[in-house]
Amino acid sequence: MSFLIDSSIVITSQILFFGFGWLFFMRQLFKDYEVRQYAVQVIFSVTFAFSCTMFELIIFEILGVLNSSSRYFHWKMNLCVILLILIFMVPFYIGYFVVSNIRLLHKQRLPISCLLWLTFMYFFWKLGDPFPILSPKHGILSIEQLISRVGVIGVTLMALLSGFGAVNCPYTYMSYFLRNVTDTDILALERRLLQTMDVIISKKKRMAMARRTMFQRGEVHNKPSGFWGILKSVTTSAPGSEMPDLTLIQQEVDALEELSRQLFLETADLYATKERIEYSKTFKGKYFNFLGYFFSIYCVWKIFMATINIVFDRVGKTDPVTRGIEITVNYLGIQFDVKFWSQHISFILVGIIIVTSIRGLLITLTKFFYAISSSKSSNVIVLLLAQIMIGLIFRACTLSPPYC
Amino acid sequence: MASLDRVKVLVLGDSGVGKSSLVHLLCQNQVLGNPSWTVGCSVDVRVHDYKEGTPEEKTYYIELWDVGGSVGSASSVKSTRAVFYNSVNGIILVHDLTNKKSSQNLYRWSMEALNRDLVLTRVLVTNGDYDREQFADNQMPLLVIGTKLDQIHETKRHEVLTRTAFLAEDFNAEEINLDCTNPRYLAAGSSNAVKISRFFDKLFEYLFTPVILQKSLTWKESA
Repeated sequence: MSFLIDSSIVITSQILFFGFGWLFFMRQLFKDYEVRQYAVQVIFSVTFAFSCTMFELIIFEILGVLNSSSRYFHWKMNLCVILLILIFMVPFYIGYFVVSNIRLLHKQRLPISCLLWLTFMYFFWKLGDPFPILSPKHGILSIEQLISRVGVIGVTLMALLSGFGAVNCPYTYMSYFLRNVTDTDILALERRLLQTMDVIISKKKRMAMARRTMFQRGEVHNKPSGFWGILKSVTTSAPGSEMPDLTLIQQEVDALEELSRQLFLETADLYATKERIEYSKTFKGKYFNFLGYFFSIYCVWKIFMATINIVFDRVGKTDPVTRGIEITVNYLGIQFDVKFWSQHISFILVGIIIVTSIRGLLITLTKFFYAISSSKSSNVIVLLLAQIMIGLIFRACTLSPPYC
Repeated sequence: MASLDRVKVLVLGDSGVGKSSLVHLLCQNQVLGNPSWTVGCSVDVRVHDYKEGTPEEKTYYIELWDVGGSVGSASSVKSTRAVFYNSVNGIILVHDLTNKKSSQNLYRWSMEALNRDLVLTRVLVTNGDYDREQFADNQMPLLVIGTKLDQIHETKRHEVLTRTAFLAEDFNAEEINLDCTNPRYLAAGSSNAVKISRFFDKLFEYLFTPVILQKSLTWKESA
């Protein structure tokens, strides 16, 4: 009876998470695109729902809510479903969408995506070789094998992201790194950009006129294409033909267009820097600037400590929170039951870390997605992000119990 | 060659709708072999005969400015794009017939180009603020082009075309639906080619009307 109640609670929360993931997908990620393949949206929402359920089950475990046997059952079920999605469905779909973007291979989409999936499985298996995962207790095709491999990938990804965040965060927050950009700089660049466009236009006008007169004269338009064509056009000079001139002008135009692209990107960069300067003058900006200094010092100290730990082969015995509380208590001389309170405080900290990491993850996902997606690659990128999301959450789930 | 300072037409639309292919088709009468992302702005030139077939026929150059990017870009990119919107004589709005969002974004694109001041003060314009009045007395010639017509199935064609007819009516503009990989759609003498010719002719009529006359026209309508 209690099992039914517990299951219904868990399933209701799962449906809620599913709805939230669906809304997030529609409103935030795919704001500017049209969803044509509903499979992508479903997979993303399902992944999100099951990952959040895992967090929920951990919190229930700590708090002691619900029956322990039903918790165990749901945990196992969640694990199986997530592994299924992570290892079978998402890579296959990613391969499928990547292949369907390439025009040439459109006909043989299915067999090629199966091939890609098999390659992925091979590398995935090979990943576990350097690590002591294989033990005589469990067989080859057991869940432990899969989990350990996923854990390895998750930890690596988390470390990479944290490292990147540690360097990027101070860089964006601190105003020390901001160049001084004035309006005159921007205006000068814009003028150069427009001048380049004018030169391109005048050259294109010449080409268009030349092409038109040739067309009217009824000459055969034998455009020299490829390497041999260009060689031919250089050596032979047909009477009254303007072909060599056109290829020369075309090359100049290509170079100028490249220049205009660079100028455009530089101008956009200058505008972004100017906005950052204005932002740093506001109150919020000053606050983040201070945080940036604080974080950079903290990160440097952490790197230093980690290096020493690795070099001198030291292992931390107690977790930082307990140690911190011990030191504070001894210093202040207060009567404090350290063990009792540290557990609860650790749990609260873990909860905060989990919530902020989900929120930060969603925000980073959105920013990343906007930066690199286009109408063709949007599907692929969403699936990749779903894959990464599960990997990260796995790591958090399997390795955070030491805090509890 | 008649000497005019410049005739500038903007080609606006979401990423991936086919603006570069369209511009290439219009200017060089050839299909673009390898379309890639447009960074910044790419320009091409079309030679146009104004008042073709009449004794007053004159040849002009029309510059087609294909501006890349999406409506949801960062405001720094939008400010950089705004430099291309100076002294524009006409706008071609391109949307993808297979993607409804690209048609809806056309309102935001036109607001961004026509109201440069809004871009610079970073006022967000959404669909709800779209002001029909502003387009009613807008004299700048607009043309709405829908691409990827070949990817629409026969059965759905009718409803898609009705939707785009409403869209063109909202902008008070002509509309053309075509497939940029098939030069047949713009073959000389076809109805699409005639519409394009008429649009370009309208540009010159708008140019040749003295500015004072234009202003008095708008005053008369708002009075």
